[in-house]
Amino acid sequence: MIEIKHVSKTFQMKDGAVEALQDINLTIPDGMIYGIIGMSGAGKSTLVRCINLLERPTSGSVVIDGTAMETLTPAQLRDRRREITMIFQQFNLLMQRNCLKNVCFPMELAGVKKADAEKRARELLQTVGLPDKALAYPAQLSGGQRQRVAIARALATNPKVLLCDEATSALDPDTTRSILSLIREINQKLGITVVVITHQMSVVEAICDRVAILDGGRVVEEGSVQEIFARPKTAAARRLVAPGGGMSSREMASFAPDDHVIRLTFNGSSTSKPLVASLAAETGILVSILSADTRDLNNQCFGSMMLRLPRDVDQARKAVAYIKAAPGVTVEEVTGL
Amino acid sequence: MTAIDFAFAVWETFYITILSTAFALVLGLPLGVLLVAGDKDGVLPLPGWLMHALNIVINILRSVPFLILMICVFPLSRLIVGTTVGTNATIVPLVVASFPFVARLVETSLRELDAGVIEAAQSMGATPFQIITKVMIPESLPSLISSMTTALTTILGYSAMSGAIGGGGLGKIAISYGYYRYQADIMLIAVVLLIILVQLFQTVGTALCNHSDKRLRK
Repeated sequence: MIEIKHVSKTFQMKDGAVEALQDINLTIPDGMIYGIIGMSGAGKSTLVRCINLLERPTSGSVVIDGTAMETLTPAQLRDRRREITMIFQQFNLLMQRNCLKNVCFPMELAGVKKADAEKRARELLQTVGLPDKALAYPAQLSGGQRQRVAIARALATNPKVLLCDEATSALDPDTTRSILSLIREINQKLGITVVVITHQMSVVEAICDRVAILDGGRVVEEGSVQEIFARPKTAAARRLVAPGGGMSSREMASFAPDDHVIRLTFNGSSTSKPLVASLAAETGILVSILSADTRDLNNQCFGSMMLRLPRDVDQARKAVAYIKAAPGVTVEEVTGL
Repeated sequence: MTAIDFAFAVWETFYITILSTAFALVLGLPLGVLLVAGDKDGVLPLPGWLMHALNIVINILRSVPFLILMICVFPLSRLIVGTTVGTNATIVPLVVASFPFVARLVETSLRELDAGVIEAAQSMGATPFQIITKVMIPESLPSLISSMTTALTTILGYSAMSGAIGGGGLGKIAISYGYYRYQADIMLIAVVLLIILVQLFQTVGTALCNHSDKRLRK
């Protein structure tokens, strides 16, 4: 279990101090895929580096399986880091070593015998689906293949925790999907706790169990992925969950002040019944969709939608009543009814 | 001057240059590594004043003109090789003059390395020494070879200059026959031979650099 307790990190810059993290408190249970999401500059990369102490927190404590990391001696910390490995956006492979030697590298650092290390490295390359690339150099591989080698390397020392720092941000959508499913597979087969740092909600949606939203160096929201998708409480969360589906000024300008506009939030309602269409079919009330950003998670609908209701107040109220009766949908009035 | 004299001079120059570069590398490589690793963001941060002092010493050694420096290290030459004239005695001032230069070249090569790779090694629990020997130097190898080729050709040029104060090799021939006795043809031959040596070093250096660079291999 990873416990991040009151962690703050301040960088002293020439033009003053920058508070990258402020009083972060998170608990990451074993075996979970935990997402930390935020816009760039939110402090997520600093936060993940505080877990393996590549960045030392200015204050607070990082406790992993009962050990406060910041109390370890440099040698103890190095030993501990073999259990908390990391993959990176830019892969950070050794370009002068072939894939096999790259995977051997952490074992070489740990003093594993060369023959044993190579045997294990070959198994790991098999695990990540690159058994035939052992003697290829990283420069000969595609981005997705390089990340697979980096994952094999990260698994070499039998870690308990895998930290993924924007691990798919440099990859195309198809490759991202295959890397994410590999991470999911590793998490399930080996029981490794995975911490995923990303700015893409799609990544969280695809593999995370829980998620923390980081904004301006603080955790503004934390919960299960479904909870956050269903009821994003903060502006930062809404921006990430439904980019463009929130209350941006562009959308506010797209309807007149005397229009009746409502926002629907889908908290996992069934996708089997199309709400807007059935409203029209069953009550004859026609509404227009101003914006929508919804997505399916296990046949449940999450996200939000903005609707403009008819000018006629009675009709508008009827429409609201109809929608409110639908399960898993909450209605907010954006302009007065 | 016979062909054998020239051949011997070529050998002397070759010998002086290679040995001087090798010794300069022995001193300059650790120093260059220290300049990078000892940085406050380096893998083995050293006290600021020490780094400052190191930089100043290197800059001083690099700013003294080679001819002056050669004369200044006469006592050192006498101490190490027992004499101040001749082929072996030339190596001492050459090493003194070029190791700070080599340190700077090494520093530049090592700084080219992506910080992410070092961070990755740290995240795997590498010690500072392991990062230096298993990451920084091997990953910078092509650049280091290319830097050493530059050092080699520069030292070759210096070795010719040492002919002025009793060093051997092609420089001595160019100066004592060409300059002092106005035998322009002999000077020309010596210069052409020097050019051929530079070409040779550069060609071999570039080939080695490319061969060692696994980033280019498609």
